[in-house]
Amino acid sequence: MYWRTNVRYLLILLSIWFAVSYGAGILFREALDRIVLFGFPLGFWFAQQGSIYVFVVLIFVYVRLMNRLDAKHGVAED
Amino acid sequence: MDVQTWTFVIVAATFAIYIGIAIWSRAASTKDFYVAGESVSPLANGMATAADWMSAASFISMAGIISFAGYDGSVYLMGWTGGYVLLALLLAPYLRKFGQFTVPDFVGDRYDSQVARIVAVVCAVFVSFTYVAGQMRGVGVVFSRFLEVDIEIGVVIGMVIVLFYAVLGGMKGITYTQVAQYVILIFAFMVPAIFISILLTDNPVPQVGFGSILSKLDGLHEQLGFAPYTDGSKPMIDIFCITMALMVGTAGLPHVIIRFYTVPRVRDARISAGWALLFIAILYTTAPAVAAFARTNLIQTVNEAGYQAAAERPVPSWFRTWENTGLLAWVDKNADGRIQYRKGAPFAGKPQFLEVLGPLGQRTVSNAPTDNDNELYIDRDIMVLANPEIANLPAWIIALVAAGALAAALSTAAGLLLVVSTAISHDLLKRTLRPDITEKGELRAARLAAVAAVLIAGYFGVRPPGFVAQVVAFAFGLAASSFFPAIILGIFSKRANRYGAVTGMIVGIVFTASYIAYFKFMGGTADQYWFGISPEGIGTLGMLLNFAVSLTIMQFTPPPPERIQTMVEMIRVPK
Repeated sequence: MYWRTNVRYLLILLSIWFAVSYGAGILFREALDRIVLFGFPLGFWFAQQGSIYVFVVLIFVYVRLMNRLDAKHGVAED
Repeated sequence: MDVQTWTFVIVAATFAIYIGIAIWSRAASTKDFYVAGESVSPLANGMATAADWMSAASFISMAGIISFAGYDGSVYLMGWTGGYVLLALLLAPYLRKFGQFTVPDFVGDRYDSQVARIVAVVCAVFVSFTYVAGQMRGVGVVFSRFLEVDIEIGVVIGMVIVLFYAVLGGMKGITYTQVAQYVILIFAFMVPAIFISILLTDNPVPQVGFGSILSKLDGLHEQLGFAPYTDGSKPMIDIFCITMALMVGTAGLPHVIIRFYTVPRVRDARISAGWALLFIAILYTTAPAVAAFARTNLIQTVNEAGYQAAAERPVPSWFRTWENTGLLAWVDKNADGRIQYRKGAPFAGKPQFLEVLGPLGQRTVSNAPTDNDNELYIDRDIMVLANPEIANLPAWIIALVAAGALAAALSTAAGLLLVVSTAISHDLLKRTLRPDITEKGELRAARLAAVAAVLIAGYFGVRPPGFVAQVVAFAFGLAASSFFPAIILGIFSKRANRYGAVTGMIVGIVFTASYIAYFKFMGGTADQYWFGISPEGIGTLGMLLNFAVSLTIMQFTPPPPERIQTMVEMIRVPK
């Protein structure tokens, strides 16, 4: 169970990782670039700013999820 | 005080700090030397990892490259940060639980194979050496530009400093020096960036301010015939593959991975990847802003400006400063005394300066001019180094940038040298050739290997072989196509065995290296690229090939023994 939940977390978080960088920043950039926010074409913003912010958040979310999972299964370290 | 005096004072002060830390944190055991006694706090490890990771290239060159490549430069921003997500989620916690000292340790033990271990050692040494030569060169360049000593002397000074704290303190010394180096380099990068942001956009936050100049910058580009800044010119598949190769390569670089062995617990390994990326992101989200500011400022102040000081709109004074260093050159093709900056190279190759000056006092070059309208040659590295001058900042800030660039180069060099010395004393000597070596003997061997590695790296720094600059960018592709699949499969598949892993690593790295060699050294041309993928991005295909080969072969060969499968289960849980 512990391992399956861990793998599920990974798949979800990595889908977001893929979506913001390869999705918004590369594959769908041209479509997103038509939207301009605060002067940034949106696809360009994801490629040079947004994806990096999301990456940082993803790791901290993962840390929280795993700390909770460790505690639940009694495998947390002291 | 003038800039040079300030630079001497600040650089000397930072070096004194590094040496002080080295004496305070001497390594007493191999565990201290290899993994800092597994006692580094996650926050400190995050900072050290960030300094380890951000090299002279990140500090000096990246913003300049983006400045000239616009959207296409995004590959470096996403590629060199996204890899940390992979590290945190897929590698760091499990490798920490495994708890040995090196990457070849894991590969060798997990696949229960000396062949796999040796393949991993060779890959690690090769990747690290190509990388470290560039860092020593960077140290030399900074010294020569800011302190006017020869590049060679600069390299030697850098070597002595690294030698001192790497040999004395090992990973322990390196870690705590890197913490100090991070603070210096981030301060040195941010201060000019904030000032320039205020200057150009009235907004002190560069990340936000740079939105307000993008449409103006696209307009300027259009006027001068460049592709729009926010719209690149590389094919989408190439952008995709380069980004992937850089991300996966980052996650597979040995000097980054071993940082996660230095913290006490698995949960610390996870969180320190988060801290590391946060500290890296501060520089990496500022760099594209600096790039756009520098680009706008360059076009606005230099294009159509008169070279002579008496001209109606003369070039800014930094133009001459950098012309004197040879990183900037101007050929007055239409003889109107003004600088036309357009698309294309002004002349063939790097500038070869002549002794005679031109009619307006400008330096002249012997290169044959091209027949386009562009008259300006600019080295990309100028963009970051000239920033403080462009913004008219005080001399001590210019000096700080020099110290920051040195911190970036030295911290990365030290981390890489440790990988090389560990590969030799631990993976090769202790684990392969002489398992009965004593702890004391191993520690001595590690120190000797570090000395040898510094000397070789220094030699490459003074006399860079032509291939180094070409190869550094490909270290990522090579790491992506060799280590990454072997480690991932080793953790996530109990069925993965030595036959698959070894064949996969060899096929992956040989495929990637041959593609790179064909296009870089054997005259391959861009129209022969497979699916439009450049050598920079080919590591992505190499990695997929490695996965495919490993997964296929392991279906037809016996599974790993019970003992190994139990070990895999053990590394998957923290306790």
